[in-house]
Amino acid sequence: MYKIVSAEFIAPNVKKFIIEAPKIARKRQAGQFVIIRVNDNGERIPLTISDANINEGTITIIVQGIGKTTKELNDLESGEYIHDLVGPLGKPSHIEKFGTAISIGGGVGTAIAYPTAVALKQAGNYTISIIGGRSKDFVILEDEMNKVCDEVFVTTDDGSYGYPGFVTTKLQELIDAKRKIDLVLAIGPIPMMKAVAEVTRKYKIKTVVSLNPIMVDGTGMCGGCRATVDNKTVFVCVDGPEFDAHKVDFETLERRNRTYREDERLALETHTCKSETAVLKTANEL
Amino acid sequence: MAKLSNKEKMKIPRQAMPEQDSAVRRNNFEEVNLGFTEELAKMEALRCIQCPKPTCVSGCPVGVKIGDFISLVAEGEYLKAAEKIKEDNMLPAICGRVCPQEEQCEVKCIVGKKNEPVAIGRLERFVADFERQHVGIREPKLKSKTGKRVAIVGSGPAGLSCAGDLVQMGHDVTVFEALHELGGVLIYGIPEFRLPKEIVKAEVESLRKLGVDFQPNTVIGMSDTVDELLSDGYDAVFIAVGAGLPYFLNIKGENYNGVYSANEFLTRVNLMKAYKFPDYDTPVFHVKDKNIAVFGGGNTAMDAVRTSKRLGAKNAYIIYRRSDVEMPARKEEIHHAKEEGIEFIYLSNPLEFLGTADGWLNGVKLQKMELGEPDASGRRKPIPIPGSEYILDIDMAVVAIGNGSNPIIQKTTPDLTYTKWGNIIVDENTMKTSKEGVFAGGDIVTGGATVILAMGAGRKAAAAINEFLNCSN
Repeated sequence: MYKIVSAEFIAPNVKKFIIEAPKIARKRQAGQFVIIRVNDNGERIPLTISDANINEGTITIIVQGIGKTTKELNDLESGEYIHDLVGPLGKPSHIEKFGTAISIGGGVGTAIAYPTAVALKQAGNYTISIIGGRSKDFVILEDEMNKVCDEVFVTTDDGSYGYPGFVTTKLQELIDAKRKIDLVLAIGPIPMMKAVAEVTRKYKIKTVVSLNPIMVDGTGMCGGCRATVDNKTVFVCVDGPEFDAHKVDFETLERRNRTYREDERLALETHTCKSETAVLKTANEL
Repeated sequence: MAKLSNKEKMKIPRQAMPEQDSAVRRNNFEEVNLGFTEELAKMEALRCIQCPKPTCVSGCPVGVKIGDFISLVAEGEYLKAAEKIKEDNMLPAICGRVCPQEEQCEVKCIVGKKNEPVAIGRLERFVADFERQHVGIREPKLKSKTGKRVAIVGSGPAGLSCAGDLVQMGHDVTVFEALHELGGVLIYGIPEFRLPKEIVKAEVESLRKLGVDFQPNTVIGMSDTVDELLSDGYDAVFIAVGAGLPYFLNIKGENYNGVYSANEFLTRVNLMKAYKFPDYDTPVFHVKDKNIAVFGGGNTAMDAVRTSKRLGAKNAYIIYRRSDVEMPARKEEIHHAKEEGIEFIYLSNPLEFLGTADGWLNGVKLQKMELGEPDASGRRKPIPIPGSEYILDIDMAVVAIGNGSNPIIQKTTPDLTYTKWGNIIVDENTMKTSKEGVFAGGDIVTGGATVILAMGAGRKAAAAINEFLNCSN
């Protein structure tokens, strides 16, 4: 059991957890993830480690409540426990002094882009970040990015904050302004990563994405997370999760991620029904 | 009962294992074999002629004193029989179920030269079950504490047997496991209907009572490395991480939705209990009324195909590129599969998976094969028959053609020596690796093999580790 030291919503449906895991805190590197199981009947889901504090022996994960498991996770509060937590898993981000590096985070993807931005900065890169959100409320980690990056741009789809438009709009602007760009790291929903890859492909800018397939064990044993990169099958959990964006077959990834869509919907309905019953019960008791 | 002569003993037929009716069991996950009753066990035990020079023991990778325990069964001394087995085998309830006895002890049985061999495996299982059900698993006596610490990486059969021996020798033992449950392949791989998980849990609990410290959710290499274990105060490390990355067929369409490795399919169903979805959160392909093909001919393939039948498959096929003669699965598993309505398609090789426009598997293109001359494995090599391609409609495919090695230990412990396939090279008598204080055994050394071979490796390693620790004062 792994104790939750703090839990707070930082955006609608997006919760930041600080969890006691001293060994993982000491070992983790940017780009790596953990696998979590919320309870004894729970499924195993991968979540990227957003930050760590070696002295406190804690790691930070940021969770968007979408399916049953992530919603159950987001029901947990500070002082409660996570049933199972294993990591760090996956290869760390490849960090070196590239020159100028742009970290792009779409929605909750910013939580994954953040640690790599920190590492890129520490390696001596001029670090720019572009953070996107549907609207103002969905922009996360702006202050944190401001602390580590040389420049931060915020974009919102509805124009309610920062630059109106997508992260790719801002990226294209920087390219058009003849800014020297040596590396782009893009993390977010698959359509966003794909769009970034299409923008940079034309200019042959090295671009890395972090893939988010369905996983079970996370150590290479099951092969459920396989993806197609450079026309070859890779196991994202041990060969990744970061890959050359220009070689990733995003269609296959998106399609494989839909494998259990009906089941996920069913599980979520059961969860929602249970939550509603609980609310009803509490209301009756009052 | 009056003492029987050998001639009389030879007249007793081999006692059949009571089992669930195939029509019933294909719809449930309960154990297929039901185990001997006391009467059946005694009768079977009487068939053993107590050879002065028994050959059966030489077939057992851990050297169980087979004649001795069987004679105790014949006398009705079941608990003493359990003690006798445990002198050599810490996990008899498991081995009695999943060992290929027909290739090991039973194939060497003298009775078997003229008649059917003594059912050693069934007797072992009976004795272990009797003990667990009547008095609980009893802990053997421990030697006084040595103060030495051993780290075991992996809680599968090799790790558990090694832990059992070392803790009895008085060492402090920590077992690290990557998954959230303990037991390795016994939990994630072998299905409930062949090895009930309660039995694995009981065996793990008995080791815990002996003082073995279990650390689940720990991937050695990713959190602590082997070197760090050694510098953190462990005097020796035993690496038993099992098989690793599943092989795929490397044919077109293999990433369609609905194509699984056997590891993933079985892990979802066994470890994650997907057959109880939505009570358990992990889903698996909706097999009910669908056509399922499992590629491969080993025990894992049989486990996968029989699991799919239990999940309600309309047609469940085994597709194998050689013939039934070359099939590596246990005869008993093949027999059980056939009884349950599994269809065997021999001499067929998959060329390509076919799918719908939205990426779901809906068929496989197969090519018929014929057998040529024996190949390196000694089995006749399958040769494609040109123009024999045909399409089989399937909704889910499970690829069960073996595993490579897991890269995590190799990447983080580069100073061990490895084969070109990534298996750790050891001295086969001591399981010593090229690195002082580090031992390895089980599938990470041999590649995919059996539970009992892994257990045998665990026991050899325990003996060698004990010697190493005693000499390293």
